[in-house]
Amino acid sequence: MLDNLIRTKGREGRRGYTLPKNDVGETDLRKVLPKEALRKEGPRLAEVDEPTVVRHYTNLSRRNWGIDTNFYPLGSCTMKHNPRANEVAANTPAFAGLHPLQPEAQAQGALKVMHELQGFLSEVSGLPAVSLQPLAGAQGELTSILMVKKFFEDNGDDGRTTVLVPSTAHGTNPATASMAGFAAKEIGLDEHGCVDVDELREMVDGTTAALMITNPNTCGVFERNIKEISDVLHEAGAFLYMDGANMNANLGRMRPAEAGVDVMHFNLHKTFSTPHGGGGPGCGAIACSETLAPFRPDPAVERDGDIYSFVRPAGSIGRVAGFHGNFGQMLRAWNYIKMHGPDLRDVTDMAVLNANYVRARLGGTYGVPYDELCKHEVVVQPPKGMKALDIAKGLIDHGYHPPTIYFPLVVKEAMLIEPTETESKETLDDFVGALLELAESNAEELEEAPAHAPTRRLDEARAARQLKARW
Amino acid sequence: MARFTPHTEEDVREMLDVIGVETLDDLFADVSPKFEGELGLPPALSEYEALRDVDRLAKENVSGLPIFLGAGAYDRIVPSTVGAVISRGEFLTSYTPYQPEISQGTLQSIFEFQSIISELTGLDVSNASVYDGANAVAEAALMTARLTKRDPKVAVSRGLNPRYREVIETYRVEVVELPFEDGTTNFSEVPDDASGVFVQSPNFFGVVEDIGAASEAAHGVGALCVAVCDPISLAVLEAPGNLGADVAVGEAQPLGMPLLFGGPYAGYMATDGKSVRQLPGRICGETVDKDGKLAYVLTLRGREQDIRRAKANSNICTNQALTALAATVYTALMGPEGLREVAELSVSKAHYLADRLRASGLELRYPDAPFLWEFVVELPDVKRANEALLDAGMVGGLDLGDGGMLVAVTEKRTKEELDAFVGVVADAG
Ligand SMILES: Cc1ncc(COP(=O)(O)O)c(C=O)c1O
Repeated sequence: MLDNLIRTKGREGRRGYTLPKNDVGETDLRKVLPKEALRKEGPRLAEVDEPTVVRHYTNLSRRNWGIDTNFYPLGSCTMKHNPRANEVAANTPAFAGLHPLQPEAQAQGALKVMHELQGFLSEVSGLPAVSLQPLAGAQGELTSILMVKKFFEDNGDDGRTTVLVPSTAHGTNPATASMAGFAAKEIGLDEHGCVDVDELREMVDGTTAALMITNPNTCGVFERNIKEISDVLHEAGAFLYMDGANMNANLGRMRPAEAGVDVMHFNLHKTFSTPHGGGGPGCGAIACSETLAPFRPDPAVERDGDIYSFVRPAGSIGRVAGFHGNFGQMLRAWNYIKMHGPDLRDVTDMAVLNANYVRARLGGTYGVPYDELCKHEVVVQPPKGMKALDIAKGLIDHGYHPPTIYFPLVVKEAMLIEPTETESKETLDDFVGALLELAESNAEELEEAPAHAPTRRLDEARAARQLKARW
Repeated sequence: MARFTPHTEEDVREMLDVIGVETLDDLFADVSPKFEGELGLPPALSEYEALRDVDRLAKENVSGLPIFLGAGAYDRIVPSTVGAVISRGEFLTSYTPYQPEISQGTLQSIFEFQSIISELTGLDVSNASVYDGANAVAEAALMTARLTKRDPKVAVSRGLNPRYREVIETYRVEVVELPFEDGTTNFSEVPDDASGVFVQSPNFFGVVEDIGAASEAAHGVGALCVAVCDPISLAVLEAPGNLGADVAVGEAQPLGMPLLFGGPYAGYMATDGKSVRQLPGRICGETVDKDGKLAYVLTLRGREQDIRRAKANSNICTNQALTALAATVYTALMGPEGLREVAELSVSKAHYLADRLRASGLELRYPDAPFLWEFVVELPDVKRANEALLDAGMVGGLDLGDGGMLVAVTEKRTKEELDAFVGVVADAG
């Protein structure tokens, strides 16, 4: 079958970039390297000119939807507008050209950005200590749980073998618990979709290291018993970790520390508008209590007068990244927070307003399993007899990126809608209009959707059965 | 009002009416404990003011100087086209391609990235990227345990970037240290219960190692061989897959990513076809749509956290898609010849510098070991040499703390800079 890969567009001998001339005389590789080490056959790579490269990737980009092109209410992912000022900040040459191993004295500007951002995240969470190093949300989770593990080890408590994870949790939570060497035990929900406190009381014992709670949870519902939950854990000597992927619902309205959270992660690529880039890079900074602070990854940034430096926390779990983390994302988030200041609360207010508006408008036609106040997102179900998948594909034909579907797992045919604060009432009205129209459509015809996208539905089984993952 | 929010007061009023509450505060009636103060953050700045601060802080960095630091991150040329492509909003502001019909741009670019990594490493399957080189190494360590059904225990030498080793240890993998002599690793005594044997080539000190010997040693005890390679080096060095490596991993930063104080970069991972189910992270595969048209989709999803939860290969979700795209565009621009030229220029300049240093009476730590563009020079006082270099407008190499300076030379360095480096270092020495 004919593909459209970059490699098909070239011709032997074409070049897309001109390098500076060699000004020192050539070193013959054969003279300085053993023969066996030398490559016998070159890699089969594209040989293309610059105009072809630009056109190829520009055209590829046009087969993609982003926030810039379409409303993108992908639940749990906070697809808010990405201010371009952040990009300017991250592309500033004196940051972009900074080598991570330049001595601290040569990188005071960068360290100051990191130190200030640590302070901002500390203020937003109420937790005193921060590490910016984790490279995405899942790594922030792992960092947090490894810190908990190290705490128990250093205290000679080797009986803490389990981590509790609610059934609503994102897949990264149980995967993190396993990766950190704990048994992940699932905990059930009450009628609001929140952690069942009675079940929690029964489950928590001397083997419990932590509970991983997401607040608001992945149904978009605030875990109203969070304080009680943290008390139960603390009484048993266990920790409360909070998955902060949904912090867009909490800014200036709730601080995890006051709810008894001991450690949490942020997704800077969600809450603080750093772009998602087609699936990363992100930044999964963590914040924690004084008790857990000594276990943070190496290094953290500290300030002494006007001097900023890297320090290894006393009981550090070690490094989780090669260098200091995704600094470019830190710059973007720092810039975003500086452009908001205490008005971050308005971000949350508008995000929650938008989600509740969609909830109110869809109720009656779509099922709303937890039909009470939601926070920044709402989970709905298609009308009887219809599938979330078909509605999602139908939405594409209306020009909308579908919501997250089939997650959270506890809601059948779940459609998790997160509008974010950067969308207007008109956009939400049109989107709701499209969903209401789809609810009336013929279920069989809808199976044909999308008809107006770059491709139609794909044969996903074939991709796995006849794996072809390279040219 | 929030800065990037379109709502007017009327919008808010109308929406609250539809919801059936009076005030914005009412939307948080269920929140407990509430935070009722004001966040103690500096007052909101306009874009202009915020960016003025960025510039002000940027000036507090030492920048714009020739850099002789490497050790895992390299000061290479980034063609303008790379930045132009990755700042296209359709790439920049999209997310994980869970809806393939409207994500073919990202998906095809991942497929191209995987193809490039497979070509460079000589291994059949690559994933769509992991966080960085260090995490690729750590994930590979865990992968060797799954594949050999042994406890995670890996043999490494001092030739492995110490930061990579630290991340392996954070991931709670047991590490056994192999002897390191004259700049290369001695693989003759690999513990027979190891799950993996790691060989970095060129190694941390810049020396080209014998991947073939590492893989023989690994296979001899039923372990897997993991090669850690700089992708640019693979333009001129034999592909690890052809030397018996079972897994190849590394840092893709040299392929078009700015230094940016350590990230975002991208880790790559590749393996042979039979081990693909133990690869962590996303894999993009080819398929067809309903009309039989070729298209791309994420595949073998049963390995991942959203499907397998506690039993997943890894917890990784968000990876480094945009920087992997940068690597893809960079490689397209360079082509096989351009990559080779980048490597050869760097080799020529590094060897020129090494020769000049030797001629000035200094010694290399591993005088007989083959190297590409990074080497250790012995100095009486590395700290003083680096201070002198900075005074002369250069960022010196990495102080190894034992009298050695690890020096990296890329295609960016000019003869003039190299000569100046020699002058300063020879004087300070
Ligand atoms: C609730 C929740 N937790 C954790 C994560 C993991 O974050 P990341 O993808 O950055 O690793 C996500 C998003 O992907 C999420 O939605």
